[in-house]
Amino acid sequence: MVEVTLWGSLGAAAGGKNKVEIEAKDIRELFRKLAEQYPGLEPLIDRGIAVAIDGTIYRDTWSKELPEGSEIFLLPRLAGG
Amino acid sequence: MAGVAVSTTINGDHVEYLCQPDETLLDVLRDRLGLTGAKEGCGTGDCGACSIILDDRLVCSCLVLGAEAEGRRVETIEGMAHGDKLHPLQQKFLEHAALQCGICTPGFLIAAKDLLAKNPDPTEEEIRFGLAGNLCRCTGYDKIVRAVQDAASVMKGA
Amino acid sequence: MNFDPRFSGRKFTSVGTRPIRPDGVDKVTGRARYGADFNMAGQLVGRVLRSPHAHAKIRKIDTSKAEKLPGVKAVITAADLPDLTDGDAAMYDVLDNCMARGKALYDGHAVAAVAAVDARTARQALKLIEVDYELLPHVTDVDEAMKHSAPLINDAIFTEGLEEKPVKPSNVTKRSQFGHGDVHQGFGHADFIVERSFKTEQTHQGYIEPHACVASVSSDGTADLWVCTQGHFVYRQHCAQLLGMEASKLRVTSSEIGGGFGGKTHVWAEPVALALSRKAGRPVKLVMTRDEVFRASGPTSATSVDVRIGARKDGTITAAEATLRYSCGPYAGSWAEIGAMTAFACYRLDNVKTVGYEVLVNRPKTAAYRAPSAPMAAFAVESAVDELAKEVGMDPVEFRIRNAAQEGTRSSYGPVYGPIGIGPTLEAAKSHPHMKAPLGKNQGRGMACGFWFNFGGQTCTDLNIGMDGSVSLAVGTVDVGGSRASLSLVAAEELGIAYEQVKAIVADTSSLGYNDMTDGSRGTFSSSMATISAARNAIKILRERAAQMWDISVDDVVWENGHAIAKGEKHGNLGRLSLKEIAVASGKTGGPIAGHSELVADGAGVSFATHICDIEVDPETGATRVLRYTVVQDAGKAVHPTYVEGQYQGGAAQGIGWALNEEYIYGKDGRLQNPGFLDYRIPVCSDLPMIDTQILEIPNPNHPYGVRGVGETSIVPPLAAIANAVSNAAGVRMTHIPMSPPRILAAIEAKRAG
Repeated sequence: MVEVTLWGSLGAAAGGKNKVEIEAKDIRELFRKLAEQYPGLEPLIDRGIAVAIDGTIYRDTWSKELPEGSEIFLLPRLAGG
Repeated sequence: MAGVAVSTTINGDHVEYLCQPDETLLDVLRDRLGLTGAKEGCGTGDCGACSIILDDRLVCSCLVLGAEAEGRRVETIEGMAHGDKLHPLQQKFLEHAALQCGICTPGFLIAAKDLLAKNPDPTEEEIRFGLAGNLCRCTGYDKIVRAVQDAASVMKGA
Repeated sequence: MNFDPRFSGRKFTSVGTRPIRPDGVDKVTGRARYGADFNMAGQLVGRVLRSPHAHAKIRKIDTSKAEKLPGVKAVITAADLPDLTDGDAAMYDVLDNCMARGKALYDGHAVAAVAAVDARTARQALKLIEVDYELLPHVTDVDEAMKHSAPLINDAIFTEGLEEKPVKPSNVTKRSQFGHGDVHQGFGHADFIVERSFKTEQTHQGYIEPHACVASVSSDGTADLWVCTQGHFVYRQHCAQLLGMEASKLRVTSSEIGGGFGGKTHVWAEPVALALSRKAGRPVKLVMTRDEVFRASGPTSATSVDVRIGARKDGTITAAEATLRYSCGPYAGSWAEIGAMTAFACYRLDNVKTVGYEVLVNRPKTAAYRAPSAPMAAFAVESAVDELAKEVGMDPVEFRIRNAAQEGTRSSYGPVYGPIGIGPTLEAAKSHPHMKAPLGKNQGRGMACGFWFNFGGQTCTDLNIGMDGSVSLAVGTVDVGGSRASLSLVAAEELGIAYEQVKAIVADTSSLGYNDMTDGSRGTFSSSMATISAARNAIKILRERAAQMWDISVDDVVWENGHAIAKGEKHGNLGRLSLKEIAVASGKTGGPIAGHSELVADGAGVSFATHICDIEVDPETGATRVLRYTVVQDAGKAVHPTYVEGQYQGGAAQGIGWALNEEYIYGKDGRLQNPGFLDYRIPVCSDLPMIDTQILEIPNPNHPYGVRGVGETSIVPPLAAIANAVSNAAGVRMTHIPMSPPRILAAIEAKRAG
């Protein structure tokens, strides 16, 4: 079980929650279960979300494992110059 | 529109071409003669990327008509090195990393060459004002000024 | 492939040296080929007709007269670019921006295009296209656009990110929010509170090379595109999607790029050139004029930001809050969101809240510009921080050091930081001689901090070892600032050979796997990681080949300093084999030797900088002069320190231009009044002093060499650093960027008038 923090606009799509608990071993499972439990999140996940695991930001690495007790943050995907 | 026949000297070579009366020298160099070293950054004489030397005078070739080159001497970036030996300014621009993207570099080199021809020992301020007609968006000019300073001291010693 | 990207703390031989760049000679001799320097046999000249109106319905476009003009080979409108975006809203906006579909949304919006035998004929043809416009009310100011009475730019926009979906459409496409703690409570503990509103005007990336491409579509559906871009793989994907082509049949070659700074991460002219070529059956060259570059490409957001920060008497910030409104042009964007994430990222805050609003205006579609959105947020926050330090009675550097984020701090945008460089850059600034230099009359010193995330992303690299032992490195990230030099250094380092033995090129889209763009300061970070991985794969093969040559087990072969060495006493008599010796024999030991790598580079290290500057203000005219400028920034590891300095200096210079001069000026008619370098004035050589740099190296734990991105952060602090310096020199707080002479003079006069 990992605790996932959602940034503001994501929270609105998850029924106003800003923290959710998900049983997920990697990013792929996290996205799949989030979309199942909070259908409002699916289009946002499709559009692209970054996952910060203990402060390191990952983009599309599905296989990235979510260590038990790690700090998981979902962030909007960014544009750069 | 009938073309204008022009006979001129470019980088020491005799060159003849036909151009339209309203065609810029920059377009002639780039599109008719394949000398694409001079760049068009603005087409209005504001950026200096198309700098050339016309009869010992630094000009923006986008503000000169192709027809105006008749009987004159044109120097472009393509004529700056002697064979495989780079001009000291070219060498110093490389050593000081005075270029990043490089699009403004031909114009800066031509402008710097003209500056040093007229003032072989310029102060930093004279270099800055001498090159103020050339825009660079990458470097902040620091390394360009240093390269010109270094080239000037090498050329004085030569 | 098991690649370990963790920082190893190794000693370097090549990395950290300053050799001459491999693309240098071509660039100083005029031989380097940029977007407009390429031609194809039989090519036509493409030109684009643009809306002169800020907001207008397109009732009808009649192209018949233009089509009949001798020499015209194709005329296209939106009808020739059917919507194939399949519900992808962001791509639909790109399509609409390439060619207006029903409505022109800004002055400069493309409405039609022609391909003709020469430029003169193409220009004539544009004049023969008749567009019937119905003018609509427009809005170009970000604050005006948020008002209920503002003209609506897109009636299908209902603000996202609210608890409840709004009942009416508006120009606000999205609200986003970040932060933690309880700011209300935090302000309750504050002894001092500073609250101010700030504005920044819209600027352009200002690359000297206008957008240029040559497109050639064949009747069999294959196509070639030569283009100046920061990301040819991304351009291929977008063009293929918009034109209904198979990506693999569209080969995109990136030219030398004459500056991008984020502005060449988006397609504009390329799908149009491809559509023209497809219709005409001939290659089409399309080069924007400078006027078109200003009116239709770029720019960055104009912003309006409210900041409130509170601190205790001892200088500890108790709460920080900001509301950020960013213009997006006429299409939805996420620019305020990034501003809201970065605004307070330099600080350790218990209570912080930022709210961003994305605002539609009748201006060109906002594009990324070097650490996009961060400079404006930093301007507002760092100005308020300076003011708060004064209120508290602390030195501005000490005040920032006291509140700086550090390893373990929860960032204002969420995650907890690893090892970071904000504290060290502030300490370095504090002890820098610049801080102690005397100031004269009407002169002021200012300083400010800045933050940028830095990206990684998809990266693919090939490393091929020639039969003579020379190495060619093919990368897929466009070289915008010297990355071929830095990546050659990395390949040389990893293989243990000389820099001169490596030749790096940027491969076209048919020669290499997909790569994300060179954006987010990712070029050297990501491609160096991929290069290290490719080199390690090549070394594995080199060891195998050496083992074959010696006829021993590969387990007994190690790679050191560019040589295979047989380890263990039983092989004591075997001399070492150089990379060259192994390469020469490769035909007999299994054929060519190469290392390949494909990976997603994750873990780009966040980057911080502190800038110091001295400004002189003429109180009679409001004119300014930059007297001295110092950049301190964390690079993680400077692979080629000279080019790192170049990034620091270039970003600072762009920030100085933004702070003091550059702005888009719109008339009441919604038309851009200064679309040229004469009236949109970027800094020239005589405007600037030397720009001093100090590189700090706090290794990124997620890169084998500790590399972070370096390209973008340098543009974040200057707006605020200069605003603080001008405010100190003029004795009045400046809240509107750019601080052009009229604005400074007005502020001084308002103060004199009391």
